[in-house]
Amino acid sequence: MFFGVIAVIAIWFLGALAMPWLQRDRDRPGRAFSDKVIGETLHPVVIHRPDGPPMVDSGKLDAHGQPVMVACATCHDTREPNFNTNGGAQLKEFHLGLNYSHGDQTCLSCHNAEDYGTLKRADGRTLEYTDTMQLCAQCHGPQFRDYQNGSHGGMTGYWDLKQGPRERNTCTGCHDPHHPKFPQVMPVFPPKPIIGEAVKPAGKDHSH
Amino acid sequence: MEDQPTNDGCGSNCGCHGEPGGEPGGTSRRTLLKAAGVTLGAAAFAKALSPIVNWSRENLSVDEFLQKHYRELDKDQLAAVLRHLEEDARKNYGAEVTIGDHRPQKGVKFGYALNLSICIGCRRCAEACHHENNHDRGTNNSYIRVLEMQKGSMDMEHGNVHYDHPVPHPDKFYMPVQCQQCDNPPCVHVCPVEATWKEDDGIVVVDYNWCIGCRYCEAACPYHARRFNWTKPSIPKEEINPKQSYLSNRIRPQGVMEKCTFCLHRTREGQMPACLEACPTGARVFGNLLDPESEIRKVIDNKRVFVLKEELGTRPSFFYFFDE
Repeated sequence: MFFGVIAVIAIWFLGALAMPWLQRDRDRPGRAFSDKVIGETLHPVVIHRPDGPPMVDSGKLDAHGQPVMVACATCHDTREPNFNTNGGAQLKEFHLGLNYSHGDQTCLSCHNAEDYGTLKRADGRTLEYTDTMQLCAQCHGPQFRDYQNGSHGGMTGYWDLKQGPRERNTCTGCHDPHHPKFPQVMPVFPPKPIIGEAVKPAGKDHSH
Repeated sequence: MEDQPTNDGCGSNCGCHGEPGGEPGGTSRRTLLKAAGVTLGAAAFAKALSPIVNWSRENLSVDEFLQKHYRELDKDQLAAVLRHLEEDARKNYGAEVTIGDHRPQKGVKFGYALNLSICIGCRRCAEACHHENNHDRGTNNSYIRVLEMQKGSMDMEHGNVHYDHPVPHPDKFYMPVQCQQCDNPPCVHVCPVEATWKEDDGIVVVDYNWCIGCRYCEAACPYHARRFNWTKPSIPKEEINPKQSYLSNRIRPQGVMEKCTFCLHRTREGQMPACLEACPTGARVFGNLLDPESEIRKVIDNKRVFVLKEELGTRPSFFYFFDE
């Protein structure tokens, strides 16, 4: 009898301890979910591709005051292709001053000597300028894979395609194909020191 | 001690001790007081509180001061608070804003990953955050700090935020740090008034109207992710981002804490955070950790991923990774 009473009291006591713990989530703020209904239809992912083959600005204006743009073939159709050109210094005329730094590739590794309005894959097949990503992917497989997995190349728009569309760049949207390494830039938006904070000499701190 | 009551009572000068020796006959004084209290209570309480409200430098209405904990407001009360805050923005800043109450989506837990091999330290994310989240223009405040780190070191305490040379420096790498939305958030545990908590999609939020500004959370956060509003934020009205949310980017009052919310006013509507969209290198990956097909899961499943200060057991929802 005595132990029975002790047991009841003990159970009651433990229950009194456990109840607030079990209910702890009920009192927590911010439990309500959004009641927005989201459909199953996926919005598109738009990739910004080049419109077509590049044109060279002749520097002249036509009768309407518009710049005269020249297709590559205008000059190259009548000239012998030079398969050895592989540096900016060897370039002439319209291409003078082109900053070229992209491995040991020659111009005609990517440009198509048969038709300068298109590009050329490593196996010789023609590739339109709108599909440049396929050209880059021949050598830069890991980057292409990461791009397809969404961890290379950036994006804007919606993480949830059920709620809205997304926009993405193509390779040449960010990288100049002739010198693809990102150039150095000056950082924007310097933080202002908090009062009392010791600011190290900017940019000269190589101690660690 | 001359104010000490001489009679027995509850000791709080509340008048609950009766007349000395007075025996309640018919209507006692206590009953009378109770009745009066009930009748007058509701109206008088608000009136009685007005001196307290006047202590505050902010122009608070009694309603705003009295607001119960966020969770306990019903829909109409909440709408009233939001309209009131919009009115405040109009009064104090001359800006027309809409303040929403964005709730978590079911089946979503946010995760963020950042590719340290790609980040060049241009600080455009910090700038985008500054504008998106209506930060004080005077202090260049931002929820993101970009640390310039010596290659080979992972000690964020030795990162330098005040670099001002062309980036990326060949000997350095750059590590933007913002709120890690920990699953075991030290900042939430230390809050003495429960003004900050973790929501079901993983975002740690602050109720700016409930925060008392003690800054315990700022001290508790191992990632230096929380900021204090030392002054009333100054923002030209044409620069104010009018799309706001109660728990994220509405203009904070002076004297309260603030923190990154993964732009919940955007992300809870399916959009990317502002810092991700601003990144010119695509170093940032955002998405739903519960969706096995999401970009963020592909990063976690396939990359060499780490979290900052893992040894502290904070279990961040923010991941860093390198390309192979």
